[in-house]
Amino acid sequence: MPEVNAYKPKIVAFCCNWCSYAGADLAGTNRLNYPADVKIIRVPCSCRVNPMFILRAFQRGADGVILCGCHPGDCHYTTGNYYARRRMTLLFSMLDYLGIEKERTRVEWVSAAEGAKFAATMNEFVSTVAALGENKRLEDLRCKE
Amino acid sequence: MQGMMIARAKELLQDGTVNRVLGWQAGEFAYDITPAVFETAEELDAGFVYNAFCGNNLSKYLIKETKKDGKVLVFLKPCDTYSFNQLLTEHRFDREKVYAIGIPCEGKTSGEMLKAKGVSGITGIDEDGDSITVHTVYGDQGFNRSDVLEERCLTCKSKKHVAYDELIGEDGEVLDSHRFDMVAKLEAMTPDERFAFWRSQLSKCIRCNACRNVCPACSCEKCVFDNPESGIAQKAAADSFEENMFQIIRAFHVAGRCTDCGECSRA
Repeated sequence: MPEVNAYKPKIVAFCCNWCSYAGADLAGTNRLNYPADVKIIRVPCSCRVNPMFILRAFQRGADGVILCGCHPGDCHYTTGNYYARRRMTLLFSMLDYLGIEKERTRVEWVSAAEGAKFAATMNEFVSTVAALGENKRLEDLRCKE
Repeated sequence: MQGMMIARAKELLQDGTVNRVLGWQAGEFAYDITPAVFETAEELDAGFVYNAFCGNNLSKYLIKETKKDGKVLVFLKPCDTYSFNQLLTEHRFDREKVYAIGIPCEGKTSGEMLKAKGVSGITGIDEDGDSITVHTVYGDQGFNRSDVLEERCLTCKSKKHVAYDELIGEDGEVLDSHRFDMVAKLEAMTPDERFAFWRSQLSKCIRCNACRNVCPACSCEKCVFDNPESGIAQKAAADSFEENMFQIIRAFHVAGRCTDCGECSRA
C-alpha cells in the first residue's frame, strides 16, 4: 500500500517530436511503467528548447528538468541536437555553479525505438530528483498554489 | 601621460589620419569620467582628460563611431584591447575606420572606494608610481594605489596590449593574477552555500540594466531584455526569481565572449 501523502517530485521532460516523443509513445504501447510525475512537453526538436524554458519550468515549481532528443547524428534537422547539447552543457554547469544541483537537470538521447530506455531513464531520473527533495531555489512564490 | 596623448591626438587630427578622437572627459564630478568624442584641437585642450579615474572601456563605443564617416582615434588600456579584439572577431565594427593607440594602465582608482574612506569634494587626481594624490576642496590626500583600486583591477589579467596601431609608453606583461581564486572557493562550496552566496550577491540587483548597457559583449541591437514579449523585460524585479533569471540569462548570453574587462562591476 503506497503512502498517500508521500512527496512526489514534479518533473518536466522536453521530448523532441521525432525520436524521444515517439520513444515515450513506444514505452506506453509496450505498457512499460514510468512515474506519472513526468510531464512531457513535445517540442519539434531538442534545440527548440530555449534556456529560458528550463528556468521557467523551475520557476513554476518543477523539481527536475530533463531534455530528450535524438541521438547525435540522428537529428531530423541534421544538427539541432548538437546545438541543444552545447547550450545545455553550458546552462547546466552554470546552474550547478549557482547552486542548483546538477542531478536536477539532464540531457538524454532517446531514439524512437528505445521505449525501454525512455522508461528506465525516467524511473532513474525521478528517483534521483526525489532523493534531492523539493526545488526551493529557483521557484517563484507568485507561482505557488 | 594626458599631455602626450593630447599632443599625439592633435598631430593625427592635423595630418588628417583621423577626424575625431574617442576619449574621456570629466563628468558631473571629477571622479565620474565619461567617454566623449572630440573633433578639434580646441575641444581636446578644453575637455580631454586621462587620469586614474578613467576606467571606462571605450571599445564598445567604436560600434557607433565606425558607422560615421572618416577614421576615429581611440585610446585603449590593456584590458580594453581584449574586448576590442572580441568585437572585431564578431565583425561589430570596421577595423579600417579605427586608429587605436595603446596606453599603459597601472590600475584605476575607484571613486566609490575613496568615498568609503571618507573622502569628499573630489576635484582631481594625480598618480605617481604607487602613490595616488587626490585633490579635494578640503586639501590634498595621499593614498597607496593598491588601497583604492577598482575591484576589477585587483585581479588585473594583463598589462599587455593585444591590439593597437601605436603605443604610448611601455607595453607590459600578461599577469599571473589570481582571478580564479574566488571561483575555486565557490566550487568547493556545497550547493546550499553556493546558492546563499549568489542570492546575497544578486539581491543587490535593481534591474537598472546598466551592466548590460556598458558590457562590450552585450552589443546586440535588439536585446532580449528589451523585448516585452520575452516575459523578462520588466525593469522592476518583482521577486528574487527575476533577479536570478536576469543574471542567469545575461551570463548565458555572454558566456565564452566575456573578456573580463570588469565594466559590469563598475556599473
